[in-house]
Amino acid sequence: MGHPFRSRVARGLDHPHPSEITPRAWAMGRRAWLRSVAAGALGPALAAWASRDALAQAKSGGPSGAPLTGARSGVAGAVTMERHTSRQDATSYNNFYEFGTDKADPARQAHALRTRPWTVAVDGEVKRAQVFDIETLLKLAPMEERIYRLRCVEGWSMVIPWVGWPLAELIRRVEPTGNAKFVEFHTLADSKTMPGISSRVLEWPYVEGLRMDEAQHPLTLLAFGMYGEVLPPQNGAPLRLVVPWKYGFKSGKSLVRIRFVEREPRTAWFKAAPQEYGFYSNVNPKVDHPRWSQANERRIGEDGLFAKKRPTLMFNGYEAQVGQLYAGMDLARHF
Amino acid sequence: MPNATPASLQDRLHRLWMHRLARPVLFVLCLLPLAHLAWGAATDALGPNPAEALIRRSGEWTLRLLCATLAVTPLREWTGWSALARWRRMLGLYTAFYACVHFLSYAWLDMGLEWADIAVDIAKRPFILVGALALLLLVPLAATSFGRAMRAMGGANWKALHRAVYAIALLALLHFFWMRAGKNDFALWTIYAAVLGVLLGWRVWRQMRSYLASVPRSTGAGVPPTAG
Repeated sequence: MGHPFRSRVARGLDHPHPSEITPRAWAMGRRAWLRSVAAGALGPALAAWASRDALAQAKSGGPSGAPLTGARSGVAGAVTMERHTSRQDATSYNNFYEFGTDKADPARQAHALRTRPWTVAVDGEVKRAQVFDIETLLKLAPMEERIYRLRCVEGWSMVIPWVGWPLAELIRRVEPTGNAKFVEFHTLADSKTMPGISSRVLEWPYVEGLRMDEAQHPLTLLAFGMYGEVLPPQNGAPLRLVVPWKYGFKSGKSLVRIRFVEREPRTAWFKAAPQEYGFYSNVNPKVDHPRWSQANERRIGEDGLFAKKRPTLMFNGYEAQVGQLYAGMDLARHF
Repeated sequence: MPNATPASLQDRLHRLWMHRLARPVLFVLCLLPLAHLAWGAATDALGPNPAEALIRRSGEWTLRLLCATLAVTPLREWTGWSALARWRRMLGLYTAFYACVHFLSYAWLDMGLEWADIAVDIAKRPFILVGALALLLLVPLAATSFGRAMRAMGGANWKALHRAVYAIALLALLHFFWMRAGKNDFALWTIYAAVLGVLLGWRVWRQMRSYLASVPRSTGAGVPPTAG
């Protein structure tokens, strides 16, 4: 039986049974519930204050979107049995610099994002370059539910149920030429709706990239939804990339262009700090960020305030699925 | 300087600062941020990453109290409220207290009190090294803040030691700057830098003024009045 409190028991190989994964409603209600208990002991005045606070926090997660579901994926490694991060946390603690650098900014600002009409240009070294409408993409391949670990380069992690289909489906349809060695992902840079664009922290538009075999890997997902609903704006609506074995910043949000190229793309973070953010950026506990250790991570919303961090897994725990992509490579050099 | 009518606002405020309840009230006021953070931690109201929130907010309160401590002397000279001098020690001790809360939050919540890991982390991350240095410098100041220590050291020595607070302020600013540099976000830092810049700049200005004022007298040279 699931329990609305954070578990201090389930971790590592001791995965919770699927039925133990916190139901979304319970996970969302946990804070409000804790507050009402704490406030109840201190009188009605505090209870009123706390409930107002709880309401404000519930709102910050944004309104629930339209349902978008998919059949649970049968791909190896695509469904972790770990406890989900609550939707509330996953939609209010985001790095999406186009909407500000504070992790609370995207939930506050991203409502301005217009996701219709929306097109994605797919071009470069392909035989069938074309501009896809979002409605076409939504129907291009069967939706799957995938529950991935997400590890941010900053040292925190989440477990998120995504809805989408493998990027390989799209790649197959545009028929890359023999020159296509890498894939470049361009994300939206609209100064009218994105206040962060005025900041010079990164070069806009945000550009990310994958090697061709990484892009075609069955775990590489083009996501349109999460938690059984269409993506909220702050999480990269209407479509984003999810590459679960790489640090989160490799998974571009609100994609507008997918370009097949011959040369390794110069990614946004590489341009900003080449000695800190390599092209590969695979999750690797043995290769530290120049300014901090990558050996451990804090799982958001789990384990309570005083629990220790959990050890970070090689390739974020997807070594069995993706390890062979990097056979023979010096991962300390190709970080 | 108070040069107005006897019952001016300035005088009335000064009497308020002199009230016997002023200090206990300030003492409790300075504890409120800690109480607020503790309440937030107990009720899970610190957001998705409560450890990070505790570390950042306790750090910000340290900076605020440092500003308040350094504001006492300029404020006293501008307003003539000599009573403010009695608050400086308490504000300084609270600065050290919140700095300790800040460091303990980091050592405990972020590093799980693994001291070997903490040593490696401090060596690896310059901004933490600078913060640790500021905390280390705060220790002798807090330890000698009492009247008996001041008398034992002698006023001149005590004053010289406590000038370290200026170095602490600069280290704290650098610590905060480096921490924000990761995201190029210096909006809040600029505010603290401006406040501390005014407070430290005022001291430099005062020092220079008294130095310049002393020069003509010691040399006896005829310096035109505009030179001062």
